[in-house]
Amino acid sequence: LFLRDIVDDDDDDDLERVSWSGEPVGSISWSIKETASSSTSSLEGRDSGLQKGSSSYAALPKQVSSYSLSSLFKGELCLSLSALSDTGVKNYAPELRRPKAEYKDYSSDWSPKDTVRRMQRGKVCSLERFRSLQDKLVLLDEAVAGHDGNVITAVLIFLKRTLRREILFRELEVRQVALCHLIHFLKEAGEQKLLLDLLRFLDRTEEVALSQYREHLNIQDVEKRREFLKGCIGLPFSAEDTSHIQDHYTLLERQIIIEANDRHLETAGQSEVFRKYPRKASILNMPLVTTLFYSCFYHYTEAEGTFSSPTNLKKTFKIPDKQYVLTALAARAKLRAWDDVDALFTTKNWLGYTKKKAPIGFHRVVEILQRNNAPVQVLQEYVRLVEDVETRLNLATKYKCHDVVIETYKDLKDRIQLTAYKCKVERGSAEEEKINSILNNMQIRWKN
Amino acid sequence: EKMFTLKPGRLPQADVKNIIFFVRPKLELMDIITDNVLREDRGRSPQRDFHILFVPRRSLLCEQWLKEQGVLGSFIHREQYSLDLIPFDGDLLSMESESAFKECYLESDQTSLYHAAKGLMTLQALYGTIPQIFGKGECARHVANMMIRMKREFPGSQNSIFPVFDTLLLLDRNVDLLTPLATQLTYEGLIDEIYGIQNTYVKLPPEKFAPKKQGEGGKDLPTEPKKLQLNSAEELYAEIRDKNFNAVGSVLSKKAKIISAAFEERHHAKTVGEIKQFVSQLPHMQAARSSLANHTSIAELIKDITSEYSLNSLTNLNITRCETTWWTSFSLAKIASEDFFDNLTVEQEFMSGIDTDKVNNYIEDCIAQKHPLIKILRLVCLQSVCNSGLKQKVLDHYKREILQTYGYEHILTLNNLEKAGLLKPQTSGRNNYPTIRKTLRLWMDDVNEQNPNDISYVYSGYAPLSVRLAQLLARPGWRSIEEVLKMLPGPHFEERQQLPTGLQKKRQHGENRVTLVFFLGGVTYAEIAALRFLSQMEDGGTEYVIATTKLINGTSWIKSLMEKLEPAPF
Repeated sequence: LFLRDIVDDDDDDDLERVSWSGEPVGSISWSIKETASSSTSSLEGRDSGLQKGSSSYAALPKQVSSYSLSSLFKGELCLSLSALSDTGVKNYAPELRRPKAEYKDYSSDWSPKDTVRRMQRGKVCSLERFRSLQDKLVLLDEAVAGHDGNVITAVLIFLKRTLRREILFRELEVRQVALCHLIHFLKEAGEQKLLLDLLRFLDRTEEVALSQYREHLNIQDVEKRREFLKGCIGLPFSAEDTSHIQDHYTLLERQIIIEANDRHLETAGQSEVFRKYPRKASILNMPLVTTLFYSCFYHYTEAEGTFSSPTNLKKTFKIPDKQYVLTALAARAKLRAWDDVDALFTTKNWLGYTKKKAPIGFHRVVEILQRNNAPVQVLQEYVRLVEDVETRLNLATKYKCHDVVIETYKDLKDRIQLTAYKCKVERGSAEEEKINSILNNMQIRWKN
Repeated sequence: EKMFTLKPGRLPQADVKNIIFFVRPKLELMDIITDNVLREDRGRSPQRDFHILFVPRRSLLCEQWLKEQGVLGSFIHREQYSLDLIPFDGDLLSMESESAFKECYLESDQTSLYHAAKGLMTLQALYGTIPQIFGKGECARHVANMMIRMKREFPGSQNSIFPVFDTLLLLDRNVDLLTPLATQLTYEGLIDEIYGIQNTYVKLPPEKFAPKKQGEGGKDLPTEPKKLQLNSAEELYAEIRDKNFNAVGSVLSKKAKIISAAFEERHHAKTVGEIKQFVSQLPHMQAARSSLANHTSIAELIKDITSEYSLNSLTNLNITRCETTWWTSFSLAKIASEDFFDNLTVEQEFMSGIDTDKVNNYIEDCIAQKHPLIKILRLVCLQSVCNSGLKQKVLDHYKREILQTYGYEHILTLNNLEKAGLLKPQTSGRNNYPTIRKTLRLWMDDVNEQNPNDISYVYSGYAPLSVRLAQLLARPGWRSIEEVLKMLPGPHFEERQQLPTGLQKKRQHGENRVTLVFFLGGVTYAEIAALRFLSQMEDGGTEYVIATTKLINGTSWIKSLMEKLEPAPF
């Protein structure tokens, strides 16, 4: 039963296929006929002479050999490189057309080299005759030398089945290419246990650790996943990675507790913040920073002792100030809790005076506040704290923080700009008065 | 009779006797096929027969998988269809093997290199034995070895075709890890970066392509994305695809004038003959006008995202802010275009060697604002490559921030990136990049985007390392950069293949040599543009044809190295 009998000759108009030169590509049987007819023409050696400077290389000739590039596209010259050894008379049918019988391997005395060769051409070969270890290893080495991944894998599957594990591992240790193939195959096929045994044998401990850790992604049940992660902690990761795995476990452990408590709180309906802002998703398996945001949102006021308090999270995971402040700010701003925002940046020095400072630039604070539609009075406080004068002016003008603009121009002693700014404030407003009183202040030494 | 895309579930209704699955040998696809086969209604009549065609080769692993699922016996024919190199354009061939880079560099699986060698043998059968092979990289060495061995094993394969290619240059992707990480700035490159070009097609947001009909209040806005095909058969596209995006606008406006003028001709046609001539030209003019409309829309879309990012405007921006009068407002909010600009600025700083040894503020800010992870990874990898690896403290800092913000499971991806050499600690304590940059002149300050004189225009200042290597190979040859070549990974080599006597051709004076450049592991559109630029240079001496395992951009490339984090569906 040949494939060409299945494919209809003429009925290919619905299919849209691209060919090398834009010609419609015919059916497989059409291409077989085309090869058969063109193979009888002689091979002419014509000089191709590419056109210089053409932006498209459509000029690459098709007539140079008896094979057109469209036939390349049709996959004609499959594996039949052997076909090239014949002169142009023979009918070069693609592999597809060979009778099935040819694929079977009836002879029993192909050498390892020839077996590999035949396998490379897609012929099914029985490897059972290679009984001794010696034979098997020769077969493997031949496969590796042939570079064909499919063949190497096939031989490895055979060896995996017919060799004792220790022997297989020992032999592969000195055959890097075959080893890599087996590892790849085991990963693809999901043979986790054998893979880990192999890696342990090779003392590739970090890979064992990571490979095992990867498995946690397949565990859907949270409790089981937590258990699994706990088991991963002792694995031979690098020092840095060990601390990350530890954190991962600790985080999930906390999340499970928080999730259980909060679900309870939510259903009880007592907590205002949960009523006003019902949770859209569970906190399980979320990244650390997301968890911190959640905690700053729903559990901000809690003491350090509880698992769900932000300060506890900060301490346990050693979250840097910068990240902490940014996240807390985002959460409190979203809740419009301006006092909390204020407290974030206020520190008391030893004399009891408060002053404002931030591990992030105040322009960032302004940005976040503005995005959450903070009222101008609140915004103004922080715009005032922006260090860079130009940025401060830009932001103040943009967000209509008039007082800040006025004060800044006063500090800059820029009379022209201050005067110009008058048209931006409301007639008769307090701001206008302020501007006027400053402009009339004789004591200021204006620069312009 | 009909072609359908492979999807899980029941097979679509079709009155055919035979169903052929035409697939790449990937395990995920085997699962879909199994699903299709199992759901087939065995009671229906007439019964349908199943066949499977693997491209480019059968895979034992896949057949084993099908066997384990119990469906292998359902297939009457299991064959392969040897499609190695697919022509994408007149000078571009690709294997479209997405996993080639990962397999070769992470898993030491060189199957795709075997296919590459096979593809090259087929090319030689069609276009003649390539007399000279140059290469740089481990994979390049393997491919060359395989080619030589394959030639030896098929002695009759000597053909009497005059060689079309003078030289083959095999390049490992890991010789130049930098280029794919940077944002491409050619027209085609930007389309790929922003929207992703798949098999020469791109899907675009439809709003700008809605036909302006009279009387419609714009209520029937199309919701389906607009699909366009992009290749050199379209005249206008061929003209602008490889230009720096900043140079596209003027071409489009010139074209608009020409086309308008052409349409105006109808008023001047007086005789029947002239009218007839005008009418005969009409289809071509209409095609040109529609092409212009499409590309004007695309250019607008890109501009919205990138805005006027000319390098020189970096300083101009500061001056403008000071001088703007206060009643003209300008935004400080992070709109898409400003972020594009900031991102580009950081990329260019790294590529010119500035501050590659410190934690970068912009990257930190992006992590804090939880920008897409791939964007972050591209930037930190770029910094690492431009520093020959990051200082341990800097690397640990980035890793910690990424894991805390995006999740600890990304340890697996970070590990892959380290294995690939993209994000790793600096081992030798010295940074080779400045030497490489200076010797190969990778960073060009005086780049001319409108009328370029050097390949660095494709990244507005950075000349792709890979293309520089090709350029220097042609002239004056790699002897002049021996020292630098040693700093790049993998061996470099030269092989000669015997041509039968009489076929050794002597190039006429002024005739160009033809070099086939094969990128093992992927190539970007910007690199293709750069090679085309070299091809059309006066007195360049060489024309280039490009082949690769896959057409990539930074995003698709990094994505192929990320661990699949969703659990398997079964």
